[in-house]
Amino acid sequence: MKQLRAFGLFVYDFVIGDDWRVAAGVTAGLVGTYLLTHDAGVAAWWLVPALLVTLLPLSLWLAVRRP
Amino acid sequence: MGAGALFIAVFLACAVEAVEATTIVLAAGTTRDWRSATVGLLTALLALAVITAILGPAVTALPLQALRLFVGALLLIFGLQWLRKAILRASGHKALHDEQEIYRKQVSIASAEPVVRRGGLVPDVYGFTLSFKGVLLEGLEVVFIALTFGGNAHQIPLAALAAVCAVVVVAVAGLALRAPLARVPENTMKFTVGVMLTAFGTFWGAEGAGARWPGSDAALLVLAPAIALFALGLVALLRRTPSPAPAEPIVEGG
Repeated sequence: MKQLRAFGLFVYDFVIGDDWRVAAGVTAGLVGTYLLTHDAGVAAWWLVPALLVTLLPLSLWLAVRRP
Repeated sequence: MGAGALFIAVFLACAVEAVEATTIVLAAGTTRDWRSATVGLLTALLALAVITAILGPAVTALPLQALRLFVGALLLIFGLQWLRKAILRASGHKALHDEQEIYRKQVSIASAEPVVRRGGLVPDVYGFTLSFKGVLLEGLEVVFIALTFGGNAHQIPLAALAAVCAVVVVAVAGLALRAPLARVPENTMKFTVGVMLTAFGTFWGAEGAGARWPGSDAALLVLAPAIALFALGLVALLRRTPSPAPAEPIVEGG
């Protein structure tokens, strides 16, 4: 059980990294792109770049404010 | 995607991780036992080869659309992590990655552990474990980057060649100097890799989700410089922002 937990923590750290909001934002952006493209017929190529220019400064701002 | 861009991205990412792994192996070899450190290094490389052999065919077996979505998401998350750290370091909010400092720290920790000599291939278990873990953990990220880049561009052999070239160049330099490769511009390399991973992740991720980029592949020629400029702008902005606490030295990889 302890080893399983350690492995889970390793995978989390490896994939998600220091800020979970970035991973969550990327996932939301790709899901949004899929839905807009397939369900609404919108050319949604701009959504991921738009999220990127929001997520990165937000994540940096939170990191800089953290003591 | 150009073969040159793929080679450069994988080479730089692998070189950075190889420099960090070299520091750990050197610390294990110098303070503990060279034979144990070398066996640890070779065992980790073997484990990485097995992981690559298992994951490689699995990645290439995915349908292109699903592969682009999966790979794009992973590259984008990895890329933003690298870029985030690189921006924080370049703007002074995180201490620069210092191989000399990491080496000193590793040597100090390894020296404090009692030496229990035994016979056989691995005379010192601690030295073996230190070297094995260091190479395996640094190497895993390299395996993921090489496989995802190579798999998506249908150029796994080229990605593998770039990875092997980087490891060989760094290993030869490390062995020749028998000292941490402190002069390698790691922080600049990480910044470049972060920009490239983010650009390709954005491009492939959106394509995998069904979006069509204006200009098709040429969109990458706009995305990569735009992300680089945006990141440099954030560095300039953060340099003017005071940090609530002094940056601590980096003692681990990443």
